[in-house]
Amino acid sequence: MAEVFTSYNSVISPLGFNTKDNLSALLSNSIGVKPVHFGKLNELFCLAVINPSALQAHSSSVKHSEQFTKLELLSVLSIKDVLEQSGISLKDPKTLLIYSTTKGNIDLLERGNYSGIPESRAYLSEMAGFIGNYFEAFHTPLVISNACISGLLAIIHAKRLINAGYYDTILVCGGDLVTEFTVSGFKSFNALSTKPCKPFDAARDGINLGEAVACMIVTKDKALKTDTSLCILNGASANDANHISGPSRTGDGLFKAINDTFKNFNSVKPDTINAHGTATPYNDEMESIAFERCGLTHVPVNSLKGYYGHTLGAAGVLETIIAAESAHINELIYSAGYSEKGVSGTIEVIKANQQTPINHVLKTASGFGGCNAAALFSKF
Amino acid sequence: MEPVITSYCRITNTILNTNGAAQIFGSEETGQQRLTEIYKNLGMQYPKFHKMDGLCKLGILATEAALQNSGFLDRHQPDTIAILLINKSSSLDTDRTHQQSINSKEVYFPSPSVFVYTLPNIVIGEIAIKHKITGENAFFVAGEFDPKLLAEQNLTLLKQNQVSAVISGWVDYENGNLDALIYLAEMVPDSIKNSKFKPLNDLTIKQLYY
Repeated sequence: MAEVFTSYNSVISPLGFNTKDNLSALLSNSIGVKPVHFGKLNELFCLAVINPSALQAHSSSVKHSEQFTKLELLSVLSIKDVLEQSGISLKDPKTLLIYSTTKGNIDLLERGNYSGIPESRAYLSEMAGFIGNYFEAFHTPLVISNACISGLLAIIHAKRLINAGYYDTILVCGGDLVTEFTVSGFKSFNALSTKPCKPFDAARDGINLGEAVACMIVTKDKALKTDTSLCILNGASANDANHISGPSRTGDGLFKAINDTFKNFNSVKPDTINAHGTATPYNDEMESIAFERCGLTHVPVNSLKGYYGHTLGAAGVLETIIAAESAHINELIYSAGYSEKGVSGTIEVIKANQQTPINHVLKTASGFGGCNAAALFSKF
Repeated sequence: MEPVITSYCRITNTILNTNGAAQIFGSEETGQQRLTEIYKNLGMQYPKFHKMDGLCKLGILATEAALQNSGFLDRHQPDTIAILLINKSSSLDTDRTHQQSINSKEVYFPSPSVFVYTLPNIVIGEIAIKHKITGENAFFVAGEFDPKLLAEQNLTLLKQNQVSAVISGWVDYENGNLDALIYLAEMVPDSIKNSKFKPLNDLTIKQLYY
């Protein structure tokens, strides 16, 4: 089976409009989550929101940018960045765009947010089709919407579709916004922290929502290999079959997803785990138990939610890109917000940036609906 | 071993068709009433059903009908069964309900029991819980019923060594309209071959839908 690997990428977030700026921000431990007054009720939340004037400045490079929603515009900018770096084209019949999102253009349901853009683009396929048309994509984009594992699942499915011979190259784009819709919903769950979130920490009290678009090429085309390319060894998903809005207390689904991922790679020892780490009491506890059950007690773990907040459908793509970049420079990135262990599973959370050889990376994600995913990456 | 479809259920606003045995519905007016009618017809006793949104109810019913008398859950370990679904409107039906509740400052009152259904893959979670299925999950969104995408995804999943069978299909619920096709896809040894089994490909999936 041909090696399938990650290639050129792009991240647009509150920490920068390209991957390089994002990485420098992370290495200096700048965080994107900030206290802001948000929504109709003008309540104080801690969110990671992209600066509107920065977006405005960048959007001049997109023709007829007034016809795009905010998420579409961010997606076009990010995809353009990757296409320009790599020289690939979505017009190619062996190239596919997979779009990963939970809520897409959900801000179109709120009257007054946009004028002249039809509400039908709240259908995820219409949104992805609109983005695909901008790049004259040969194939209708494939949309994956599987809660908070969407991004990682998109990468796993990209690898499988390439291995199955349907495509040579797949551009995976993940995107979600901070909207009144999601903020009010998570607030109704009492899941939001009013301070910068603290994954795995004893004082963690909920998530911060964040917005981002992240794009990454997944390919078997050796000509697209870059310095930061990681081979995707394997990936799997699993369901807790336990509860639709709470994780399994015993971490069963995540345990299974990780075990299935390692099925033919038992000898591979990950040098670091990029966890989901949302900073809710239950999620982080569950993850720590699953990692311990998998025997990963001494593997340095981080969560990037302390920098970016929870970017929902973008998270898996964004966090995999950052994990690949940090593997390239062999630097473990501090798990922002963490100081004192507050989970019962034995895990080793990264307390400060640190140089160490990183050859193998495990990425995990979990979400509503009891879903879990894991993928194993390796330098090659 | 060949990939085949061993059982299916098609639900529209007027018809419940399980493996070719079609029953006509439509005396009830609303989508929710029709869902309850099918629930009773299938003889289900599952109180959680009544808490679900329309999309989840529809997915649960079509899966239940496809599984009844299929022997599927006896042939496969629950941790080797994948669930892969596609639709058009994702969770927009419930999204609009949530949006309505936050539209004005004066009556701003989002409900967590509504918000939890504003993700399309919750229907996968509900099916997984009902039948204790812990295998692979994926929810895709497409502009229209897409048999080619379903076949491509099913065959790709069945090549994964942790997957022995897939519960798959199309489940769309919007504005009270029921549109579901759930089928069971599995690798079947020649010894239990049955003339009712259909080859797993886009043509078969298309025929089951139309």
